[in-house]
Amino acid sequence: MKYLGMEHSTPRIAVFDFTCCEGCELQFANKEETLLDFLDAVDIVRFREISSEKGEDYNIAFIEGAVTRADEIKRLQEIRKEASVVVALGSCACFGGVNRLKNRFDLKAANREVYGIKTKDTLPVRSVGEIITVDMEIPGCPVSKPELERIVRHLVMDLPFSFPAYPVCIECKRRFTVCLYLLGQLCLGPITRGGCDAPCPASGLGCWGCRGSAPDLNREGFFDAAGELGFDTEEIEERLEMFGGFEVFK
Amino acid sequence: MKKNINLDIHHLARVEGHGNIHIRIEGGELKDARWQVVETPRFFEVMLKEKHYSTAAILTARICGICSISHCLTSLEATERAFGITVPETAARLRLLAKHGETIQSHSLHLLFLAAPDFFRIPSVLPLIEERPELVAIAARLKGLANRLCDLVAGRTTHPVSLTPGGVTRMPDKRKLSDMRRELDASLADIQVVVELFKTFDMPGFTRETEFVSLKGETDYPFIGSRMISTDGVEKPAADYKEMTNEYVDRDNTSKLCRLSRDSMAVGALARFNNNHGHLHPRALEVAEELGLKPVSFNPFENNSAQLVEWVHCTHGAIGLIDELVDSDSVELITEVEPRAGTGVGAVEAPRGILYHEYEYDDRGRVVKANCVIPTTQNNANIHHDLKNLVKEYAKKDVTEQDLELLASMLVRSYDPCISCSVH
Repeated sequence: MKYLGMEHSTPRIAVFDFTCCEGCELQFANKEETLLDFLDAVDIVRFREISSEKGEDYNIAFIEGAVTRADEIKRLQEIRKEASVVVALGSCACFGGVNRLKNRFDLKAANREVYGIKTKDTLPVRSVGEIITVDMEIPGCPVSKPELERIVRHLVMDLPFSFPAYPVCIECKRRFTVCLYLLGQLCLGPITRGGCDAPCPASGLGCWGCRGSAPDLNREGFFDAAGELGFDTEEIEERLEMFGGFEVFK
Repeated sequence: MKKNINLDIHHLARVEGHGNIHIRIEGGELKDARWQVVETPRFFEVMLKEKHYSTAAILTARICGICSISHCLTSLEATERAFGITVPETAARLRLLAKHGETIQSHSLHLLFLAAPDFFRIPSVLPLIEERPELVAIAARLKGLANRLCDLVAGRTTHPVSLTPGGVTRMPDKRKLSDMRRELDASLADIQVVVELFKTFDMPGFTRETEFVSLKGETDYPFIGSRMISTDGVEKPAADYKEMTNEYVDRDNTSKLCRLSRDSMAVGALARFNNNHGHLHPRALEVAEELGLKPVSFNPFENNSAQLVEWVHCTHGAIGLIDELVDSDSVELITEVEPRAGTGVGAVEAPRGILYHEYEYDDRGRVVKANCVIPTTQNNANIHHDLKNLVKEYAKKDVTEQDLELLASMLVRSYDPCISCSVH
């Protein structure tokens, strides 16, 4: 197959799911307009949510979900041995995601509250990168479909991909979205990594920081500015904690 | 010849989440047949503690990547009932429209991408790209349309953004709604192709009597409701959901299990159809007849047919809602939210069955206690009993290991289980 006169590889892709909602891997199937082109460009060796094929011969592994049980650690290590490229797909894989909120609690008590005496195995939540070496992290809850597509295109062409250095805030300006602060809402857009094209503010919801910290985060400046607009530290910290993507809360 | 079969399906494919099937037959006799949910628990009910009411729906949407709109709506219902709030009519219409978008998205994903490959006896939809390109194009088009409907109304399909306590944050552009209406209308011809396809599928003839539980349709086929009914004659208000579900824990499953009047119960499209078929759109009823689906059906495989019937119903429902929204001059989208101490229960028909959220709030509007009862949890024991009976029945016949593996997998898949949801 050629693209712009260049030969490109057909990567053998596998998709694996750990502790998560499986919404990120669904974004592969949710890009219906370009789904057939995508399937043409890659070889899907293993993708349990849509196929009963169990191929072992893959070179790129997309991993969705956080790690919360011993058997998941073993599975991850086996995938790392097989794959030449490991991609953490979505905020659960990258940071632990909302699952990380569990770590605030005593796990034995949490377990008893939900399951009574028949408690289940569970560990404090960790990201994929805390267990094995990860070559690329695609954050988002869920990941952005167009961004995922851009990344796959780069992988197919064997070109390096770089995430935007600017925060979500810039994307609202570009879309002419009215600033949520002007509407009296808290928004993490100024400090969250861009690349999602800011769908939440465009639909009237301030950013919750699901993609994690933007590079060179001015934490103090942000707390001061939001504080002047009437948002207290507790409220901001609660929001920063939500998806586990801000360093201080890891 | 008396058969010996040992089947271990580890992490069943083409379902959401992780579950295993174990089957052991010795000398043609059933020794063991088990469905086991092994998904890792996430403890959402614990995570919700102390959370502000404005966070609850955003957080609980993350329970599920397929039915996040249902989780969001159920959460909002629970919060609004706890605070005694009624949302404006336009907001209620937009929420139901988002709900229809999700039902169509979820049913089309299940029927065409997860269930259909079994009837073709192929591992996934991928081989059909070359063999039946026209069919794959229709499948992608239909699911894409449902996703765009959700994007338009809820801001996003997976983890919606514009559904908020008190109502919705915005009204979609009316021209875009009218365009969407035209596309939905045009999709009916594509859906008919899917109906014709399913008519050619050989639905296994297995039946087992069970109790079907759904919301009760008062004036319409129910999606967001306040009362539940069962085919065994039980009827209760949403607040009594615990008596309708009777959750219990066993050693084998990380998902809980449920029962009502019998050892197990079933929720989902077939339960809704069995209890509320009289409220279906006339065209949906015609499709039921074309597919040979009659109430009360005790064949779990016919949940597939019931989903297809609902797909037609929801498409007509969405068209009707868009007409009402476009004609309406009402601009009121949100009611002011005043938190107060109290408890509320939300009951919504997610694609796979009734979903309940219950929150107890303190007077600052912070969660004191939360409980979520998931459709697949309510189906869990029923899947187990069905599997046992199915294997028993087929062990007596001269079934090959390969055929039994397919049948058992198809049985579980026909419930369209949402396993990570069920464990949450």
